[in-house]
Amino acid sequence: MKQRSTVLLTVTAFGYAFLYLPIVSVIFYSFNDSRLVTLWGGFSLRWYRSLLDSPDILSSAVLSLQIAVVSATLATILGTLAGLALSRLGRFRGRTLFTGMITAPLVMPEIITGISLLFLFISLAEWIGWPAARGATTITIAHITFSMAYVAVVVRARLSGMDQSLEEAAMDLGGRPLRVFFDITVPSIAPAMISGWLLAFTLSLDDVVIASFVSGPGATTLPMLIFSKVKLGVSPDINALATVIILLVSAGVITAAVLTRPRAESRSQSPQ
Amino acid sequence: MISSFKRGDGRRQWLRAAVAVPYLWLLLFFLAPFAIIIKISLADPLLALPPFTPLFDWAAAGWQKIQVTVDNYLFLFQDGYYAIIYLSSVKLAAISTLLCLLLGYPMAYYIARQPQRRRNLLLLGIILPFWISFLLRVYAWIGLLNTHGVINNFLLWLGLIDQPLTLIYNDFAVYLGIVYSYLPFMVLPLYANLEKQNLDLQDAAADLGARRWQTFLDITLPLSRPGIIAGCLLVFIPAIGEFIIPALLGGSDTLMIGRVLWDEFFINRDWPVASAVSVVLLLILVVPMMWFQRVQSRVDGGAA
Repeated sequence: MKQRSTVLLTVTAFGYAFLYLPIVSVIFYSFNDSRLVTLWGGFSLRWYRSLLDSPDILSSAVLSLQIAVVSATLATILGTLAGLALSRLGRFRGRTLFTGMITAPLVMPEIITGISLLFLFISLAEWIGWPAARGATTITIAHITFSMAYVAVVVRARLSGMDQSLEEAAMDLGGRPLRVFFDITVPSIAPAMISGWLLAFTLSLDDVVIASFVSGPGATTLPMLIFSKVKLGVSPDINALATVIILLVSAGVITAAVLTRPRAESRSQSPQ
Repeated sequence: MISSFKRGDGRRQWLRAAVAVPYLWLLLFFLAPFAIIIKISLADPLLALPPFTPLFDWAAAGWQKIQVTVDNYLFLFQDGYYAIIYLSSVKLAAISTLLCLLLGYPMAYYIARQPQRRRNLLLLGIILPFWISFLLRVYAWIGLLNTHGVINNFLLWLGLIDQPLTLIYNDFAVYLGIVYSYLPFMVLPLYANLEKQNLDLQDAAADLGARRWQTFLDITLPLSRPGIIAGCLLVFIPAIGEFIIPALLGGSDTLMIGRVLWDEFFINRDWPVASAVSVVLLLILVVPMMWFQRVQSRVDGGAA
């Protein structure tokens, strides 16, 4: 018994080391003065300074954030409506097709989503003249399309675990459906909507492949820029950028975990 | 009674209106693109070059004038190159999935057997990398695996090797990258399953004198089948079409369909063939995708 838990512990420790070794190494070498990335040349913040001096990185970061905020917000609205319909509407015409379309993006290779959306945008431009140019708008539409699926899954899971009696009581008391939705349903699924939004935001900020297909000249998102820089190997200012992103994300995730922990515990204690 | 009917009707009407918006969105931005990709895959490569404008002339001339050809598909089958790439992608994805399972199962098992507080912390450790940019995490391996990278320097320093090893720009690095990137997708469903398992069964087996390995093989492992299937599919499906990992870590001889598709599209600019390659890739993925849908709906049904 003792022996087996040692094996388990070793494998688990190895797994965590494996997960964090690259992250730690990027952070470490971002403070390296040497241009030769893995030769230690003393502590320095020069790559952070060069980050602030590169307008292309800053402008693509702004573009990526804009796209991520807009697409996450719209994906949350559409995904919530989809999750609501799937868990509350029961049978309806075209439900099978809808379920298929809403879950397919979860497992669809990005490269196919990218190619097919590009074809759609080209076709639409031919037929109705819109979108006249590809760029931030087409990237946003593409991101909404694949991230609403994630929101729908999260919201649906939350709704299916939720007691419907409050909604029904509000209806019995004469509440109009929209009023009931905003006063009862939305507050109780708000945590799922927030995690769905964060998921959509992260997915959008992370996407290289789809954006590369549906973007046009002049619209380069941050991941596209990073990808073009690192295709040829390590680049020290990307180490600095990676460190900034890793620290921001980790701070956010850990804060969220700490904030939601008491709630999660009280939920698991309440009788099912 | 009447009022409750009315209530139900009003509710349904509102839900119907609510579902119409995402429904139309998906029809336009998800289903329509597929119709187009299938159509382009059937377009004549010669007529459809440069990229595929003539297709719309045909469309304007009416459907009956559209020339449909299966040449692109014949080309895929006759040219052994593509068959090799599909097989090689499936092989890379399958082996990576197996490695992920071998590493992820003990981790999930260990986490599931910890006290609540430590469990939450360990889970956070699994989820955290998932939120950090995929691209940057794959990039981080370049610095580790390079000829003059961290791992080679360390091994040279230890005196274990005299010459730097070739750790990057080959299949090895791609396996490593896939296992690394998708490990959380394997651990989380396994954990969800192992955590729910009723420990009474294991205790009963132990009381009856079963050895721990026997208990594991006879009880825990069979019970965790749904978790294993879900985890494997969550790794296998995206791994087949993976582009970033082979592009950043793979060698020029690393054959993965995502990368070939990218080149076919951006470098050769042969859009009909690229479309046909995509359609065949989707056909390969249909079986695991349907399987995943079935597993998911069973999970949903169980939760409801």
